[in-house]
Amino acid sequence: MAKSPHISRNDFVKVTVGALGSIMVVAVGLPAVGYVLSPALSKGNGTDTWIAAGPVKNYPVGIPTLFTFTRTTINGWEKTVNSYGVYVLRQSEAETDIIALSNVCTHLACRVTWKEEPKNYVCPCHDGRFDTKGQVVSGPPPRPLDRYPTKVENGNLLIHVVGG
Amino acid sequence: MVEKVFAWLDERLGLKTVYDVVLDRKVPKVNWWFTLGSASLFLFLMQAITGIFLTIYYVPSPESAYDSIQYIMTNVAFGWLIRGIHHWGATLMVIIVFSHMLRTYIFAAYKYPRELTWLTGVVLLLATLGMGFTGYLLPWNQKAYWATTVGTQIAGTIPFIGPFITRVLRGGTDLSAVTLARFFSVHIWVLPAVIGLAIGIHLYLVVRLGISGIPEKED
Repeated sequence: MAKSPHISRNDFVKVTVGALGSIMVVAVGLPAVGYVLSPALSKGNGTDTWIAAGPVKNYPVGIPTLFTFTRTTINGWEKTVNSYGVYVLRQSEAETDIIALSNVCTHLACRVTWKEEPKNYVCPCHDGRFDTKGQVVSGPPPRPLDRYPTKVENGNLLIHVVGG
Repeated sequence: MVEKVFAWLDERLGLKTVYDVVLDRKVPKVNWWFTLGSASLFLFLMQAITGIFLTIYYVPSPESAYDSIQYIMTNVAFGWLIRGIHHWGATLMVIIVFSHMLRTYIFAAYKYPRELTWLTGVVLLLATLGMGFTGYLLPWNQKAYWATTVGTQIAGTIPFIGPFITRVLRGGTDLSAVTLARFFSVHIWVLPAVIGLAIGIHLYLVVRLGISGIPEKED
């Protein structure tokens, strides 16, 4: 038995079961990984448009004013309505002298609010603070608030929102 | 290295003993009909794994159940495969478990001392059918809705307590979100727990008592 040049019945079964089992595990296992990761791999329908934010004269000079809007994306089988906030600051009477800042804190994405005293954007989560131009004053934020390009057409403000 | 690790584990876990008792036990000379139990176990594990994967996307509510399954079938990578295995595996499992019961009955393998193996087997067969019944509603399409309407209505034909049982099954007088939620709960928690426990006892008895061979002429 031990000297037989042929594979033993016992070993044949072991090898066959092992091989077939491995094939089945791979054939089902790899698709299973793809199945779990699938939504993470699909590209988000990113926002990249000019948002109409109303007449420029609606925004007071020197006071950051929050402009909010919603956008709809499809996630899985349902529509997700996301709210966005942009702080619009007219630095002078000139129509193009405008700063538009995202209200998303650059630390961990909580939403900042403008405080007249001490003229800072303050994040309620970890007390990150930004000045009127969005530069970090104190706290943990690693970079300034995101700034959006703006343009004015016929006295109406347009904000170029990218990403998110 | 591997042998050292194995020896270390074996000394503490008794793996060799487990292997000898469970897998290397003596069995009478049998035929292919005796593989139906292993096939049932394999199918149960397959259903459990694919079922767990389906719950990643499936949502048991009237608003989302149908849409989430459409999403699985058309948008999720290999969603069609995972759901396909679960769908066809369910039908196959009923067939295989039922055949396993028939084999046991025809070969009279339910007799002393294996009555309890048979009785836990009865629990497993009924639980398998229960899985089929509850799982059928989950896609929340027309077939699912009306099959469950009819199925719960049939329970209502029992004298005296029938209408009450129908209301318990439906969670009210009508088929609703409540029905879908409780069927889902029974499908993924209650029955799998029952089946898991019953399989444990069933297999313990198979190992402890051994299996009966093919009956001889004089048996």
